[in-house]
Amino acid sequence: MFENLSDKIDKALHILKGHGKITEVNVADTLKEVRRALLDADVNFKIAKEFTNSVKEKALGQKVLTSLQPGQLLVKIMRDEMAALMGSKAADISLQGNPAVVLIAGLQGSGKTTFSAKLANFLKRKKGRNPMLVAADVYRPAAIDQLKVLGEQIQVPVFAIEGNKNPVEIAQKGIEHAKTLGHNVVIVDTAGRLSVDQEMMDEIARIHRAVKPSETLFVVDAMTGQDAVNTAKAFNEVLDFDGVVLTKLDGDTRGGAALTIKATVNKPIKFVGTGEKMDAIDIFHPDRMADRILGMGDVVSLVERA
Amino acid sequence: EKTRNSFLHRLGKAIAGRSTVDDEVLDELEEVLLTSDVGVETTLKIIDRIKLRVAKDKYLGTNELNTILKEEIAALLSEKKDQFDQEIPLDVKPFVVLVVGVNGVGKTTTIGKLAARYKKLGKNVVLGAGDTFRAAAIDQLVSWGERIGVPVIKQQMGSDPASVAYDTVQAALNRNADVAIIDTAGRLHNKIHLMNELSKIRKVIQKVIPEAPHEVFLVIDASTGQNAFEQARQFSQATQVTSLVVTKLDGTAKGGVVIGVSDQLNIPVKYIGVGEGTEHLQPFDKHAFVESFFGR
Ligand SMILES: Nc1nc2c(ncn2[C@@H]2O[C@H](COP(=O)(O)OP(=O)(O)OP(=O)(O)O)[C@@H](O)[C@H]2O)c(=O)[nH]1
Ligand SMILES: Nc1nc2c(ncn2[C@@H]2O[C@H](COP(=O)(O)OP(=O)(O)OP(=O)(O)O)[C@@H](O)[C@H]2O)c(=O)[nH]1
Ligand SMILES: [Mg+2]
Ligand SMILES: [Mg+2]
Repeated sequence: MFENLSDKIDKALHILKGHGKITEVNVADTLKEVRRALLDADVNFKIAKEFTNSVKEKALGQKVLTSLQPGQLLVKIMRDEMAALMGSKAADISLQGNPAVVLIAGLQGSGKTTFSAKLANFLKRKKGRNPMLVAADVYRPAAIDQLKVLGEQIQVPVFAIEGNKNPVEIAQKGIEHAKTLGHNVVIVDTAGRLSVDQEMMDEIARIHRAVKPSETLFVVDAMTGQDAVNTAKAFNEVLDFDGVVLTKLDGDTRGGAALTIKATVNKPIKFVGTGEKMDAIDIFHPDRMADRILGMGDVVSLVERA
Repeated sequence: EKTRNSFLHRLGKAIAGRSTVDDEVLDELEEVLLTSDVGVETTLKIIDRIKLRVAKDKYLGTNELNTILKEEIAALLSEKKDQFDQEIPLDVKPFVVLVVGVNGVGKTTTIGKLAARYKKLGKNVVLGAGDTFRAAAIDQLVSWGERIGVPVIKQQMGSDPASVAYDTVQAALNRNADVAIIDTAGRLHNKIHLMNELSKIRKVIQKVIPEAPHEVFLVIDASTGQNAFEQARQFSQATQVTSLVVTKLDGTAKGGVVIGVSDQLNIPVKYIGVGEGTEHLQPFDKHAFVESFFGR
């Protein structure tokens, strides 16, 4: 029913067996299977197509070395190509200025508030920083309480102005406040918004202009499907964000949205969320993500068997 | 209006002057479906059905193809009759609704909107704050309760959600309420202990009313990709999901994955969420939903 890539490659390997090199004919069916598997992994339609085309270009005419089967060679090409697309190494977060301002934005429910607190916790415990959180979501019921509860858990102060409905003002005052208290990082949590909501997109642009963040992070749910391309583009147009956060990777989704976003806006994925607890944050490992999208854990063992 | 019907426009161009649905037309169709998260398997199923119909009916023009297309997609959306002929059946009291789903899909918000809707229908509603885990989840539901004027049954953060569910159903009985809606914490379906917790909530509710929960809504975010299949499978196993609610359809995501989910698991979609306000909940309309695939 919901076959993963390794099953499909397994089948395709039979097709390739017995050929000395990779030719147009013997590669076509395999790549079609690969494209379908990528779609099942939620890679965007167009990007899946581009990926398989570029794999094909690289594969065609390649002599199969005696030590490698054609199928193995194809898997290797795909893996290298995917890893190259995901970026070669983990990208760092930029914390310039005093205080350095980090702005968090994204769709509703993607995990912004949770991530804001996790990041504060990470910077405090792992990087020796002295962060403050700013609650600039004035819409969602209990959004401020949520951040306050998390702030208490991690022992990081949360700046909020009860009753104030102007997120730009809250963010600015929060930064002023952080300065006087000597906090060297300010993380601004914002309300969830849809890319088609013009008013709300204008609002985040205004916040962005007002706080001049040294790092703007776009938070995306790893379970996102084909829509990732629209959202990433729209947020990037308005914010020109510096990096992406991929949340809820503790689920069983393949996370093809990661490739979609990387290929669409060419911004690095910097952090991943791997749970609801405050320490469930990790820096992004491009190679692991590549393997996850391809279902490679299984593929590698498959190739070893072949 | 220019971009509206872009698919129909492309489809029209692709089939202009042709008397059969050829590969080019089918490729266009495949693209529209796949980019709406319909998924490979369901897309191929739809295309096969179109091919069959076309061979049989002798395809004539764009309009006919259009109609056939929409019919075939609509046919996949579960035909399973809602077990109740009214939103809230008169002879079931209290009508107990359990709301489940992965993190952040819109469960709590949907409950607020549902409560407002049921209240408008003249029902007495009680809410249960069964998410005792996520920061300020109880405050969030309480705030919805205040907004629409509906009582919320709650305990401390960190208390047993099954016990909150029990209290809620009991309170609904005591107060002679028509409906009890119970919130649960978001959970990823691959976490066995959290799924077991849901099964326990269900069992505890049944200690008070053996037939309850009468309705178990699985909330799915319209932007979710193929993972929705596994969500539906696992949540169904743990709680016997009766209907789907698709949220955030006011965005650019089309929620196509629910076509396959509804088809394969035979679960009907009952409501859609189209915004964050109290009034942003609508009963599901199959044809409008299918229409939105090709219209935008
Ligand atoms: N399993 C898991 N859950 C997560 C992760 N990150 C966030 N969550 C959960 O996802 C849900 C939504 O998270 P929030 O932080 O409230 O999301 P948000 O983007 O701030 O939501 P809005 O402010 O309403 O737009 C909550 O239940 C979180 O606990 C993660 O990495 N893994
Ligand atoms: N645009 C839009 N936003 C929605 C819709 N439904 C819910 N939301 C938003 O999505 C976010 C998450 O909603 P919640 O109701 O907190 O989601 P949840 O499933 O209860 O989250 P957890 O309890 O943390 O798992 C909030 O910002 C809601 O306002 C909808 O139909 N449209
Ligand atoms: Mg938030
Ligand atoms: Mg909730």
